[in-house]
Amino acid sequence: MTISKTLLATTALTLAAGTAFAQDQEMADSMTIVSWGGAYQNSQQKAYAEPYMENNPDVSITWDESSNEAVAKLRAMNEAGNITWDLVDVVASDAIRLCDEGLAMEYDPDDLLAEAPDGTSAEDDFGDMIVSDCFIPQIAYSTTFGYRTDMVPEGADAPSDICSVFDLETYPGKRALEKRPINNMEWALLCDGVAKDEIYDVLATEEGQDQALAKLETIKDDVVWWSAGADTPQLLADGEVFMGSTYNGRLFSLIEEQDQPVAMMWDAQVYDLDGWIIPTGLPDDRLARVRDFVTFATDTQRLADQAKYISYGPARESSAPLVGQHADLGIDMAPHMPTNPENAGNTFLYNYEFWADYRDDIDAKFQAWLAQ
Amino acid sequence: MNDVVITETKTMPMGFTLPVVAAAGAFFGLFVGTAQGSGLLGILIAGVLCAAIAYVAIFVVGTAQERAVRWACVALFALGGFLFAGIPAAIMGALFGWFIGWFAYWIGRCRYRMTLAPYLTSGQVLWHYSFRVLCGAIFVFLITPILVVMPLSFNAENFFTFTPEMLSFDPEGYSLRHYRNFFQSSEWQHALRNSLLIAPVATLLAVSFGTLAAIGLSQPHVPGRQVIMAILISPMIVPLIISAAGMYFFYSRIGLQGTYVGVVLAHAALGIPFVIITVTATLVGFDRSLTRAAANMGANPVTTFFRVQMPLILPGVISGGLFAFITSFDEVVVVLFVGSANQQTLPWQMFTGLREQISPTILAVATILVGISICLLTTVEILRRRSEKMRGMSPG
Repeated sequence: MTISKTLLATTALTLAAGTAFAQDQEMADSMTIVSWGGAYQNSQQKAYAEPYMENNPDVSITWDESSNEAVAKLRAMNEAGNITWDLVDVVASDAIRLCDEGLAMEYDPDDLLAEAPDGTSAEDDFGDMIVSDCFIPQIAYSTTFGYRTDMVPEGADAPSDICSVFDLETYPGKRALEKRPINNMEWALLCDGVAKDEIYDVLATEEGQDQALAKLETIKDDVVWWSAGADTPQLLADGEVFMGSTYNGRLFSLIEEQDQPVAMMWDAQVYDLDGWIIPTGLPDDRLARVRDFVTFATDTQRLADQAKYISYGPARESSAPLVGQHADLGIDMAPHMPTNPENAGNTFLYNYEFWADYRDDIDAKFQAWLAQ
Repeated sequence: MNDVVITETKTMPMGFTLPVVAAAGAFFGLFVGTAQGSGLLGILIAGVLCAAIAYVAIFVVGTAQERAVRWACVALFALGGFLFAGIPAAIMGALFGWFIGWFAYWIGRCRYRMTLAPYLTSGQVLWHYSFRVLCGAIFVFLITPILVVMPLSFNAENFFTFTPEMLSFDPEGYSLRHYRNFFQSSEWQHALRNSLLIAPVATLLAVSFGTLAAIGLSQPHVPGRQVIMAILISPMIVPLIISAAGMYFFYSRIGLQGTYVGVVLAHAALGIPFVIITVTATLVGFDRSLTRAAANMGANPVTTFFRVQMPLILPGVISGGLFAFITSFDEVVVVLFVGSANQQTLPWQMFTGLREQISPTILAVATILVGISICLLTTVEILRRRSEKMRGMSPG
């Protein structure tokens, strides 16, 4: 009798506490999430949004494919005092800028993010990936080269060295490079005999920048410059270029899903991070909903699930062992990850500090050089 | 063309015919030659071949066997093309064969002067035809991008590429998958629904306000007509991006940014100038004594407007409305600013789709939109003719 009474009382208390808690955390029932569109957004929808909506059937999520101009749009929204976005997917360098300008919200990893299944704190699990106080990491991707296997000249080996990009004699044909200095300058110096650990010291000097541009000059006539991630896959599929740089997930889709005669050249791939930021100035109910979603969407299992749909590496250490097979193709995803040891023989990490300091200057120089 | 013969034909001297026909052949030879790796060789071979054809056609066989010679040309080039690169080349070859056969006689028998006055100088004749060729070239230049898009939208691949299967007219190379994708994808359907919800309402607003403004502004006694007109037409003149940014900040302040109403109002503002311009133009031919006559017979101004004025200016109103509709339906800049993801329209979806993933679904949608635009513009043209007929301006 007493036991059941106690039980009843505890249940009632728990219920009351539960209700009180729920009222405390009044959550909005719709969210606008900004992402990149295409296969990447699709992977987020499948891995994060669909399971989340299964748990919370009354929530509706609107996707806005505006990550490309997220910085400008967030500035305009801030100016107009009308924040319509709840959660924004950006690359790490944009997150750092938005954080500096106060447009992205700073957060406490251990408070917002779920801990790993083995109890490791979120902060340790994400580790170095948290490159800014506002940046909630999701994936590591890399910018690397793909080449047409059917256009490799007879008698030549398949290109496996980054310097084959600059070797027009062995590998004639057009190359697609991104229309910005980042990555291209590093590759140029590396292939001009600069030691890998000295690249940024050299690139910080005028002479070093000129040296990199001079190296790029040797192939300038054979370069097709791209600005959207979809350009290089299209150019490769067309046979317009022999090789080209783009995001590794795009190449994976081109090779495995579209069956094009293209192969990866992982040498000197440049890692970069992509993740969420929460805009500052959200009303409480919307903020509560976003926090709830982010906690769910960045837990160990969800990040591992995303790799079923796209070949980007999960940002959590604890997710790596859970990466399985592609959802449709049934192939193992681990060998296609940029972080796979076989692919990661020679890698760069996007140098956020260097490019934050030098981006404007080198950009101006690069654009002037392009126009020559 | 050949109905009225003004100038008698005659056989032109060999020194004129052969070089001209050879030059025409060389022009096409350049393309074939370049595609095969040597433009110069292409020019030479085609030039010599065409000169030989012209010689045989004009000076050996003559006009008696013209039909046979021209068919022989078609067959010769079709066969050559087929041996060279299969069925597509055979079709191109047949077309070229038909052209060169016709061209050889046209030049060699001086037929190009047939419809022209006999006293024209060679320079005038040359200009007569260069002008036509120039106009044709401009037309081709304008229309080619659209013509390229259409076959590509039936591509079986996921890229903007003419695959070898497509070029050899293999049915395997074609598919309706991008059209299927458009009709099955919830994103595209959502965008289509938004466009169909926004454009008609924006058009209705633009037509109502634009017509009223045009009628008011056509009254001679309205003070500051020119200024009001200039302000109303300004959305058409001010760069769109400026209007869009202005609307963004203004609508944000008053809570219209990111709402359906906001997008409709913005598109209506863009459509109003088109309606004003077309209706004002129609009103120029409107006889004001008709309204006075109606008033004389006891009709109030509203009845006069709907029973007398409206039916007469209706063609102008409708064509203005169609322009307003197309403006809203094709608009991407303003909606990017004023709309939010919930108001994503077709052009917006195409814009992001083109930037993030170059998917031929965009081409399928573009083809459908071109179809719709052609229908709408045909309607405008039919209405225009009807209006001209009604006002007795055209005999048709």
